[in-house]
Amino acid sequence: MEDTQSGVRAGARDMVPLLSGAIPFGMLVGVAAVGVGFTSVQATVMSILLFAGASQFAAFDLLARDAPAAVVVATVLVVNVRMTMYSASIAPYFRQFSPRWRWPFVYILTDYIYALAITEFDESHPDYNRRYYLGAAIPLWIAYVGGTAAGAVLGARIPSSWGLDFVIPLAFVALAVPTIENRASLLAAVAAGVVAVAGAGLPFNLGLVVAAVAGVAAGLVVDWGAA
Amino acid sequence: MAETAVSPTLVWLVIVAAAVGTLALRASFVVLFRRVETVPPRVERALSYVPPAVLTALVVPAVVVVDGSIAVSPGNERLLAAAVAALVAWRTERVLPTLGVGMAVFWGLRFLA
Repeated sequence: MEDTQSGVRAGARDMVPLLSGAIPFGMLVGVAAVGVGFTSVQATVMSILLFAGASQFAAFDLLARDAPAAVVVATVLVVNVRMTMYSASIAPYFRQFSPRWRWPFVYILTDYIYALAITEFDESHPDYNRRYYLGAAIPLWIAYVGGTAAGAVLGARIPSSWGLDFVIPLAFVALAVPTIENRASLLAAVAAGVVAVAGAGLPFNLGLVVAAVAGVAAGLVVDWGAA
Repeated sequence: MAETAVSPTLVWLVIVAAAVGTLALRASFVVLFRRVETVPPRVERALSYVPPAVLTALVVPAVVVVDGSIAVSPGNERLLAAAVAALVAWRTERVLPTLGVGMAVFWGLRFLA
C-alpha cells in the first residue's frame, strides 16, 4: 500500500513547519488557563474538546473578568464563526469520505488544517485526500494538546508577579492584525475597538458583543459604499 | 495571574457548551446543511468582518482601560507594549515574534518604571 504511506507522509511533511507555531501556541493556552484558575486537567480537556486556540484565550479573558457563562460561550462561538466558512468550502471533499471519517475530520477542522487541505485536495482522489488529512491532523493534535498540557504544568510554577497574563491581549494583537486586509476590515476593527472601550462598563461584558456587532456593521457599510 | 479560583462547575459548563457549539459550526455545511452548497456571498462578506471586529474588541479595552478609566499616556506600559506588538504583527504576521517582542517591551518598561 505505497499510496497510503505517501498520502499520510505528505500530510505530515506539510504540517511539520506549522508545528513550530502550534506547540508554543498550545503551551501559551495551557499557561493562560492555569493563570485564570483552571486545573491542568481542565486546561488539557478544554484543548481536546475545543481545539480552537484564539477562542480559548477569549474564554480565559472573560472568565478572569467574572463574565456569566452564557457570555463566555457566546463569545467563543463568535470567535469561531469563521469555521462555518471552512466547513462550506471543504464540504464537497468531505462528502466523498465515508460517514465514519466525516465527524473526526470535522472535529479537527481548524485554521492550519483547512489551509493545508484546501490547497492539496484533489477532487478525483478522495483516498489520497483522506490519508493526507490524517497525516496532517495527527501531528497537529499531538502538538497542540501536548503543548497545552506542558504549558499548564509549567504555568502553575510561574509567579503571578511576572505579569504573564499580558500574553492574552498580546495573542489577540497577533491574531487581529493579519485579519485587517483592506479599508472595510480596518474600519470594522476601529469601530469595534472604540465601541468596546465605550462599553467597557456595561454589565455582563455586553460591551464586547455590542462592539462586535458595531464592527461587522461598519465593515458592511464600507463594503456597500464601495460596491 | 488572577488569584481568584474560577468555580469548577462553571469551567466545565463553559468547556462543554463551547465545545459542542464549535463542533456544530465546523460541521455546519459538511453535515448539518448538506443541501446548501455554499455560504451566500453576502453572509460570507459579513462573516469576514467578524474576526477583525471581535479580536480588536477583546484587545483594545484590555490595554486602554486601566482601573476603570481610559489611560492613553506613555505611563501605560500595556498600551505601549501592545502598540509595538501590533507593529511586529503587521510586519511578520507571526504569533510568536509578536508575543516575544510585546512581553519584552512590557517587562522592560516595568523594569525602568
